[in-house]
Amino acid sequence: MSASKQYTELYAQCREMIASHSAPVLNALREEAYEALQTLGFPTQKVERYKYTDVEQAFSPDYGLNLNRVSIPVDPYEVFRCDVPNLSTSLYFMLNDEFYAKEQPKAALPQGVLIGSLAEYSRTHSDLIASHYGRLARSHKDSINALNTMLAQDGLFIYVPKGVVVERPIQVVNILRSDVDLMVNRRVLIIVEEGAQLQLLCCDHAIDSKNFLATQVTEVFVGENAHLDIYELEETHTLNKRFANMYVDEQRGASVTVDSITLHNGLTRNRTDVTLSGEYSEINMYGCVVADKEQHVDNNTLIDHRAAHCQSTEKYKYVLDGEAAGAFAGRVLVREGAQKTTSNMSNANLCATREARMYTQPMLEIYADDVKCAHGSTVGQLNEQALFYMRQRGIPEAEARLLLKFAFVGEVLDSIRLEPLRDRLHYLTDKRFRGELSKCEGCKLCK
Amino acid sequence: MLEIKNLHASINGKEILKGINLTVRDGEIHAVMGTNGAGKSTLSNVIVGHPAYEVTEGEIIFNGQDLLAMKTEERANAGIFMSFQQPIEIPGVSMTNFMRAAVNARRKYQGLEPMPAGEFLKLMREKRKIVELDSKLANRSVNEGFSGGEKKRNEIFQMAMLEPTLSILDETDSGLDVDALRIVAEGFNKLRTPETSAIVITHYQRLLDYLKPDIIHVLIDGKIIKTAGPELALEIEEKGFDWIKEEAGL
Repeated sequence: MSASKQYTELYAQCREMIASHSAPVLNALREEAYEALQTLGFPTQKVERYKYTDVEQAFSPDYGLNLNRVSIPVDPYEVFRCDVPNLSTSLYFMLNDEFYAKEQPKAALPQGVLIGSLAEYSRTHSDLIASHYGRLARSHKDSINALNTMLAQDGLFIYVPKGVVVERPIQVVNILRSDVDLMVNRRVLIIVEEGAQLQLLCCDHAIDSKNFLATQVTEVFVGENAHLDIYELEETHTLNKRFANMYVDEQRGASVTVDSITLHNGLTRNRTDVTLSGEYSEINMYGCVVADKEQHVDNNTLIDHRAAHCQSTEKYKYVLDGEAAGAFAGRVLVREGAQKTTSNMSNANLCATREARMYTQPMLEIYADDVKCAHGSTVGQLNEQALFYMRQRGIPEAEARLLLKFAFVGEVLDSIRLEPLRDRLHYLTDKRFRGELSKCEGCKLCK
Repeated sequence: MLEIKNLHASINGKEILKGINLTVRDGEIHAVMGTNGAGKSTLSNVIVGHPAYEVTEGEIIFNGQDLLAMKTEERANAGIFMSFQQPIEIPGVSMTNFMRAAVNARRKYQGLEPMPAGEFLKLMREKRKIVELDSKLANRSVNEGFSGGEKKRNEIFQMAMLEPTLSILDETDSGLDVDALRIVAEGFNKLRTPETSAIVITHYQRLLDYLKPDIIHVLIDGKIIKTAGPELALEIEEKGFDWIKEEAGL
């Protein structure tokens, strides 16, 4: 039986139960998603976008699903210590796919800002959510979208109304917690309206040594002249599989930064799909990957320049040790009429061992004639001359290697605008390279 | 301090050093001169332990220790410093972090605690003055975007920070203008003590005018064929190497 079939069959058997524990706006798209997944199946590695990750294999095992939404006895405030100290954030938790609402940050949010359970808000704000939900992450376009839309019962909703500036960064800690192997399908919807501003930090953690398979589909709507920074940090473990699709749509003059940092994981595939719909909009996309053992990290990105006078910058850096495998496939598409586009994409990679593998594919497609675009990638080893130079100054070889790796990803970390987060990530990356971060830093259970 | 006995070394299977004998005592400065490709840089690289070179015969004793049995970093921490002919650029590693790692590695080797941050920065400031190194350079990545002269001054700055007992200056004068040469040479002289020694590799008398070596060696085709006092350097400047080769029957 193909892996997708076990999920479509599960849905066919449990559709009432799934729907009864969710909300009408979410339920409305399930049947369409079910049909899409039946048609699409999971992509084989012959499908270009999934060339580097075996989806079928990842989804084949029999994971439990908490469709009946049995509550999980854990208090995230107890098990989790914020690992970004001095960063005054409004802190929220997601337990698997559920917004953890027992305790809310004391600092009040600006007037009109909403943060909470997607299912709940879709009841109270059904028009707002129905007009956005599933509009970017189409089921017929991608199997992960289809699967997630078919099964997701809840998730996160963030709404910043027109003109509102959220001064204090929002931090959402995603915690995977289970006593058995578990599949989680989390859905995220973010709306930042015209002229609004938001900084969002999302950290992924898994606090049990179980096999987790988490899909996450995020839709982000950024209005005219709005500013949004999203920092995504994965710090899970080797039994964790993450399939995350993020779709961003930017209106005129909008400015978005997406920073994706994979510090520790099992298998990760991130698809980031940004559409510059309005003129003068801007996207900065940065990625930093540190992997060793048999970890697998695949970043697949698309920046779609649909309007003129837009800017995009994309920079991903990987450091691969052990038998890790990394993949980067970045595509910049400059459509007809997207004149005066400026775009710069680069992917630089370090393979520190013979066994580490990197697959890189920078792609640039231009259908306009007045643009300035660049793309490129490199794969290399640590500079032997630099190593010798450092050792001649007395720095032990292991330390010298570490300094060089750290320097390599430093450029990406320095792009982080939240200073305490930047410092913290320098610290965490350093620990990671020293092999002291085999489990997540902030969890009590891991200590 | 340093005793090299019958040293043979090769790179990629090709023998470069063919039996070097050299003894450096405390406080002495030795100059090694010779034609291109004679093996001068190989000699310095073998002393500091460059992994590309293979020692096929002979031994090097440094203050009683078997140097060839030590790793590159151990040799450095034991007090050997090489000023590189072409200092390496290391993008992303700041001079400060680089020096801190080096200073603390040395201290660890000596059984000392890491140097407190304040004390370290003060030391950086003091030592920078010796070679008139701009404070801005200290905040930049190691050698990145430094001019040729700045790179060489930076080498002497690092030497000042690490206070080696044996310094090897590998063509430190190459690529330097007259002023930069003076700054580098004077910086080096300020660091001299009766306990520190140096091996200076050079083609020219210019640097030796400042450094005033005690002994001059001529290295040709992997062997030291003549050793004499400082007057030899002047003779070489005037007459070249041919007469020495003839004298040696080469």
